[in-house]
Amino acid sequence: MSTAIDSTAKLTRKDFESDQEVRWCPGCGDYSILAQTQKVLPDLGVPREKFVMVSGIGCSSRFPYYVNTYGLHSIHGRAPAVASGVKLSNPDLFVWVITGDGDGLSIGGNHLVHCMRRNVDLKIILFNNKIYGLTKGQYSPTSELGKKTKSTPMGSIDYPINPIHLALAAEATFVARSLDVDTKHLVEILQRVAKHKGAAFVEVFQNCNIFNDGAFRNFTDREIRDDRMIAIQHGKPLIFGKDHDKGLVLKGIKLEVVKLGNGVSEFDLLVYDEEDPDPTLAYLLSGMSYPDFPVPVGVFRNIRKPTYDEMMLGQVEKSINLYGKGDLEKLFNAGDTWVVE
Amino acid sequence: MPVKDRKDVQTVTIRFAGDSGDGMQLTGTQFTNTSAVFGNDISTLPDFPAEIRAPAGSLPGVSGFQVNFSSRDIKTPGDEPNVLVAMNPAALKVNVADLESGGILIVNSDAFTEGNLKKAGYAKNPLEDGSLSGYRLFSLPITSLNANALAECKLTKKDVDRCKNFFALGLMYWLYDRPMKQTLDWIDAKFKKNLEVAKANTLALKAGYYYGETTEMFTTHYQVPKASLTPGKYRNIMGNEATAIGFVTASALANVPLFYASYPITPASDILHELSRHQNFGVKTMQCEDEIAAISAAIGASFAGNLGLTGTSGPGICLKSEGINLAVMTELPVVIVDVQRGGPSTGLPTKTEQADLLQAMFGRNSESPVAIIAPATPGDCFYMAIEAWRIAIKYMTPVLYLSDGYLANGSEPWKIPKVEDLPKIEVRFRTEAEGYFPYLRDEATLSRPWAIPGTPGLEHRIGGLEKQNITGNVSYDPDNHMRMVELRAEKIARIANDIPDLQVFGEPEGEVLVVGWGGTFGAINAAVEEVQARNLPVSSIHLRYLNPFPKNLPDILGRFEKILVPELNLGQLSWLLRAKFLVPTIPFSKVKGKPFKISEIVDKIEEVLES
Ligand SMILES: Cc1ncc(C[n+]2csc(CCOP(=O)(O)OP(=O)(O)O)c2C)c(N)n1
Ligand code: SF4
Repeated sequence: MSTAIDSTAKLTRKDFESDQEVRWCPGCGDYSILAQTQKVLPDLGVPREKFVMVSGIGCSSRFPYYVNTYGLHSIHGRAPAVASGVKLSNPDLFVWVITGDGDGLSIGGNHLVHCMRRNVDLKIILFNNKIYGLTKGQYSPTSELGKKTKSTPMGSIDYPINPIHLALAAEATFVARSLDVDTKHLVEILQRVAKHKGAAFVEVFQNCNIFNDGAFRNFTDREIRDDRMIAIQHGKPLIFGKDHDKGLVLKGIKLEVVKLGNGVSEFDLLVYDEEDPDPTLAYLLSGMSYPDFPVPVGVFRNIRKPTYDEMMLGQVEKSINLYGKGDLEKLFNAGDTWVVE
Repeated sequence: MPVKDRKDVQTVTIRFAGDSGDGMQLTGTQFTNTSAVFGNDISTLPDFPAEIRAPAGSLPGVSGFQVNFSSRDIKTPGDEPNVLVAMNPAALKVNVADLESGGILIVNSDAFTEGNLKKAGYAKNPLEDGSLSGYRLFSLPITSLNANALAECKLTKKDVDRCKNFFALGLMYWLYDRPMKQTLDWIDAKFKKNLEVAKANTLALKAGYYYGETTEMFTTHYQVPKASLTPGKYRNIMGNEATAIGFVTASALANVPLFYASYPITPASDILHELSRHQNFGVKTMQCEDEIAAISAAIGASFAGNLGLTGTSGPGICLKSEGINLAVMTELPVVIVDVQRGGPSTGLPTKTEQADLLQAMFGRNSESPVAIIAPATPGDCFYMAIEAWRIAIKYMTPVLYLSDGYLANGSEPWKIPKVEDLPKIEVRFRTEAEGYFPYLRDEATLSRPWAIPGTPGLEHRIGGLEKQNITGNVSYDPDNHMRMVELRAEKIARIANDIPDLQVFGEPEGEVLVVGWGGTFGAINAAVEEVQARNLPVSSIHLRYLNPFPKNLPDILGRFEKILVPELNLGQLSWLLRAKFLVPTIPFSKVKGKPFKISEIVDKIEEVLES
């Protein structure tokens, strides 16, 4: 445990490494997400003691133990609710929610939806490995139909949920996706998550090399990535391909992939506006999946709305202005009183 | 004007009953406040249907409000009403069996139409068939009397009829010699913006009053003199209100903001409503998506250095179990309110019960001790709410606060405390980094330090996984686990050093000891008082601390031959006492969604004495 504190010293990545041994399986994608987070945290200009990492249960939810800040490893699925309590009690804190696809979308789906629609100022990282890791390999709510696991030997008959759809439908004010293997992209996204004011949701594709190895490989492998994925960028045309030769256009209310050339130029492509208050296009984009479409990563939505915590504080202040600072004497003596001699 | 007799009486119980839409709760509350301000001791029992608006005139739609007022110290809303005001046949049917024989029965004859009689299941009109001859029946056309009195009001017939409850109230004010001022003031304030409605209600109230005075029907009216309560300033208070005010007070005494997270549920919702009105005390309230979120948010709040509070009723406690366990493991101060109601499952949502004690005690996986306390009366809710926080903070533990529907909605005169007489609650947030460990323990209380995010140098991680004592690091070591299980148990056990000894009501030894807990206090106490007045060897104790028990409990139990435990469950405290102290207890159960009557306990005590 650290003793001497010098809050003026510049923080480094080392400052965010705890003294606990990291116990994920060797090769797990969680390591990368941890490392990129530890890279991002020191540069935010926030003292270390103001960070709180709140997680649920699952492999990924062990994350707070490994980050040298305040941390609460809570119960399965409930991290968004716990984190809301932390943030609302002390709005000065920078509160992160660490959750898995099982944790956040199965047992905790309800809480996730509600903290996003309330726009509580939380940074939510959903580690999506499309499997239950900690309980050793059952299918998860993001697993594809027909997924064979220990609990579905004949293949899963659950239709999967799309986490980005859910976040958009819940009106999260920041919605993004990144992947464990693209560390540069992940760092950029995490930086933006950290700086957003309001409910910021990021889905990170994370490889579980033990129970679901290669779940994303058919589009994330380095050699094919550029042709099978698209990085969404604000104010830029939706273009992809190793040779920047493909793009997205809107036909009616459907997206279509077009090849550039033959009279089709960059100017014909959709230009993305992440600040559009209307999430329709974000919804269309996030519905794309390989092989029909490139898999999108980047920021789908980024808008500013008053947060729940700001409004709660605002009401407390307003109430003090209206009624004066709480006075017990007055509280006790409210209503009809009488005196017995 | 005919001069009428005025008779002194000591104690009167009135029950107002009518359709859900008839405003009986309001009528009862007005009568209660007036009687309280007048100087009587009072105790009330509202009884409302689970349906918001059951079909008009139907039996499930009957809403009742019983008020007991007296020139003496009273402890319950009264066993049998002396007066029943029934606004329609259904209200009569549901309530008349409770009316004392020879009691005053006032009915609104206008409502005894063929249709209403049929809806209430009457084959013949009971006002005419002699079936009510055991009562002093006053059959008055309240609807039309009220309509006549309000003839000049520019309101619809429906709005005029809505005032008939105030006609009935006015009549009762005359019959029991109450001043109208309180209610007239209330009407003025309430309908400030709707003068026509204010006028109508005023006219209705006065018409009822003068009807009593002028009509030939009543020859006598009654006077219940002031009670000689302990000197001081009083107000009328309901249990849920007292609970909420107690929590606000605890927050002020500790100088730590209160954070209340809750999901609406009867009969606990009023705590949320009340606390939401006190944001100027820095109170933050959050209406969560469910009870699990509520306890989770409360835990987060306590971790972050607020008083994390959550409240619900039995079904919500089921959902909160896992969260309570997290609070046990993380050793955070969280207070969980359970306003118990009839169960299991949704059970009888608007009726009282006392059957969550064993759930509070044991309803979680593994060894998971929490402190449990229970207020005894509506006014006591205030003090126990403060006590809940004192214990939670000092011992860094979740505390379960067991109220019940009867306490929550019941009311009594409350002697207003002086702020300076209330004990400060000491809070020590750890700030020194030197030598800090998350699970360092205070020698006396075994509590760990409360170190909150934002404090430099104290960054730490806690959670539901077992931890090594002192360092708080995750540990699967078998011996450490056993040690931690024991430590958590010992910590709760040590609270016994810090709570008041039980006072025996009556002789310190004898033949029968009546042991009660929670909201049955009034009925038990009154019953024991009654048998003691006949020199019977009976005493009683009342438990407000249920885990741990007060230290002198075994000693007291040992001094009596028979231990009678009346409870609104099938013998949960009784079971605990047997298990813990190896004493033969005699359970006395009632599980009907209703509180004990004094007479029921008196009868049982007599039976035990004779056996
Ligand atoms: C109430 C409860 N139910 C079930 C479990 C068991 N459990 C722990 S983690 C988990 C699934 C985790 O999956 P995911 O969120 O995808 O995390 P991963 O381990 O893959 O990172 C389950 C079912 C539990 N701890 N608590
Ligand atoms: S089981 Fe999978 S998710 Fe869990 S630590 Fe191992 S590789 Fe990572």
